[in-house]
Amino acid sequence: MDELKLYTYIAVFSTFALYFAIAWWARAGSTSDFYVAGGGITPLQNGMAIGADWMSAASFISMAGLIAFLGYGGSVFLMGWTGGYVLLAMLLAPYMRKHGKFTVPEFIFDRYYSKTARIVAVACLIIASLTYIIGQMKGVGVAFSRFLEVDYGLGLGIGMFVVWVYAVLGGMKGITYTQIAQYVVMIFAYTIPAIFISFQLTGNPIPQLGLGSTLADGSGVYLLDKLDMVVTDLGFKEYTTSNLGGTLNMFAYTISLMIGTAGLPHVIMRFFTVPSVQAARQSAGYALVFIGLLYTVAPAVGAMARLNLMNTIEPTAGENLVYDERPQWFKDWEKTGLLKFEDKNGDGKIQYTSNTTDETITKTNSMTGEEIVLLPNEMVKVDRDIMVLANPAIANLPNWVIALVAAGGLAAALSTAAGLLLAISSSISHDLMKGVLTPDLSEKNELLAGRIVMTIAILISGYLGLHPPGFAAGTVALAFGLAASSIFPALMMGIFSKKMSGTAAIAGMCAGIGITMLYVFQHKGIMFIPGTAFLGDMGPNWFMGISPNAFGAVGALVNFAVAFAVLQVTGPAPAHIQEMVDNMRAPGDCAAAHDH
Amino acid sequence: MENKETYWSENIRIILICLAIWFVVSFGFGLLLVEPLNAISLGGYKLGFWFAQQGAIYAFLGLIFWYGHKMNKLDIKYDTESK
Repeated sequence: MDELKLYTYIAVFSTFALYFAIAWWARAGSTSDFYVAGGGITPLQNGMAIGADWMSAASFISMAGLIAFLGYGGSVFLMGWTGGYVLLAMLLAPYMRKHGKFTVPEFIFDRYYSKTARIVAVACLIIASLTYIIGQMKGVGVAFSRFLEVDYGLGLGIGMFVVWVYAVLGGMKGITYTQIAQYVVMIFAYTIPAIFISFQLTGNPIPQLGLGSTLADGSGVYLLDKLDMVVTDLGFKEYTTSNLGGTLNMFAYTISLMIGTAGLPHVIMRFFTVPSVQAARQSAGYALVFIGLLYTVAPAVGAMARLNLMNTIEPTAGENLVYDERPQWFKDWEKTGLLKFEDKNGDGKIQYTSNTTDETITKTNSMTGEEIVLLPNEMVKVDRDIMVLANPAIANLPNWVIALVAAGGLAAALSTAAGLLLAISSSISHDLMKGVLTPDLSEKNELLAGRIVMTIAILISGYLGLHPPGFAAGTVALAFGLAASSIFPALMMGIFSKKMSGTAAIAGMCAGIGITMLYVFQHKGIMFIPGTAFLGDMGPNWFMGISPNAFGAVGALVNFAVAFAVLQVTGPAPAHIQEMVDNMRAPGDCAAAHDH
Repeated sequence: MENKETYWSENIRIILICLAIWFVVSFGFGLLLVEPLNAISLGGYKLGFWFAQQGAIYAFLGLIFWYGHKMNKLDIKYDTESK
């Protein structure tokens, strides 16, 4: 076994041992332990747990890669996935905590006095959470197969077993404390390589400052200026200004991600674990501290990875890398199929340009306006996801750093999967079974039901991770779209409009989901089946140029409009509901989240 | 009852201030005004680009803590803090 593999085994299995130890120490004894960790989590602990809960394999592995290739356009993810916490802290979390129930559908049921509303909320929650979890399971399988060369299915199985132990045994309590540990693993794994690379490139070890510094090669050129030059010379769009589908699209995309974030039930649930309204507000702040730590490093990771990649392929202008002399990481990633080279002009060297034709073309440099001659691009595939994972190797960092990245990726995927599994199992055992189907379920049996449902949910998500349905790639849009267009508006109106009635809210939710799903399906295919997209997945057919991923914002507007229109017709909510809203708004004494 | 009403309207006022700043730093500086701001540089960053990829996040952080601080004071003023 080589040194890297040994280090990776040590990193991965010592973190797993830690999670098991925590699981044993934080076993759940009651439904309150299982759903809300007994309600005694401190804001600092909760903030860290929210960080791990929220930051998934997508944040850890994919985001910096997206930014590396989108440049400025990637800002939608940075602003969208952090700005949502401002909305959570001011518009939802404190009041929902004051109300003091276990789950999001339960809040909807109380506020809209309707079992239909509760079932609609459970359905939205399960669709959003299950689609989200497929990505985490895939992340676990990929991390194992790539770093430990374990079979994908076996890796997935190990991951499922680890989650099963601490999530089923400990419920929210076990999940909270493992998430805290996972956050620490994840943030070290993310920032240590970034610090090394920032120091190598700019001499400044703080990535956030390194990104704005001059290069350490003595040229005195700013890193971002250099990157702009390098990419535009090859005909790509200027890094620091390249837009993502126009300003309106970026605007709608950012809003959708923000309100989608604020409406994701597995995140909202975490606010029920703290003892008071004040602690709920504070948790949101700490959560953003811990999330912001990774999110402000990500743009540096993205830009520096792109620059390193470009420099590896073309160390000095016109002197391209000879394919036979390519570095080891290049060969490793070629094996996975995520990196592909094709020697189109037969010169044995690698050309990486924006020219996707097979002929040599001339283009205008978007920054300087000069004519540039571009050979055909020979890097026929550079998967975005490899940027974070390959980054330490590209920068020649020591093996223990690379091993850490594997453990970090697994921590990110497992912590989010656990939060989602809890959201799913509580919505079934607490909302569907205890709330609607079998109201006389005893506490002990409800706890047992929660554990059984969670086991089933793990098996289903493992199966989906092993056989990802064809629509898996499009589902993130659906998860955020659903949360943005249904859950967020329903919760917000429930708190900020005393008169909002059950009928009006249900009409709004259905209209919001309806139009969002219609839009996603008409451009991405019905249930994402290829060929059924009746309006085609391309720019000119998009409504005002808004991409399907960005449509949740429009869905939310429709939801608000329909709900208020119906409210005018059907009349306001009854007096006792309005009184309940009054009570939600004033912090006062706040019992631990409870059952009835 | 009257106390509750004024507590709520003060809360709404603080939220509106926060959301205005939230909008300006992200959608304003990071998106709508990005081009004029990019003419200014902050170290090696173009200012608009900096707001979109760094500044907005720092501002969000400040806003959440400021909101929490203001509301804690309000809770004491109206005697609605958790005991």
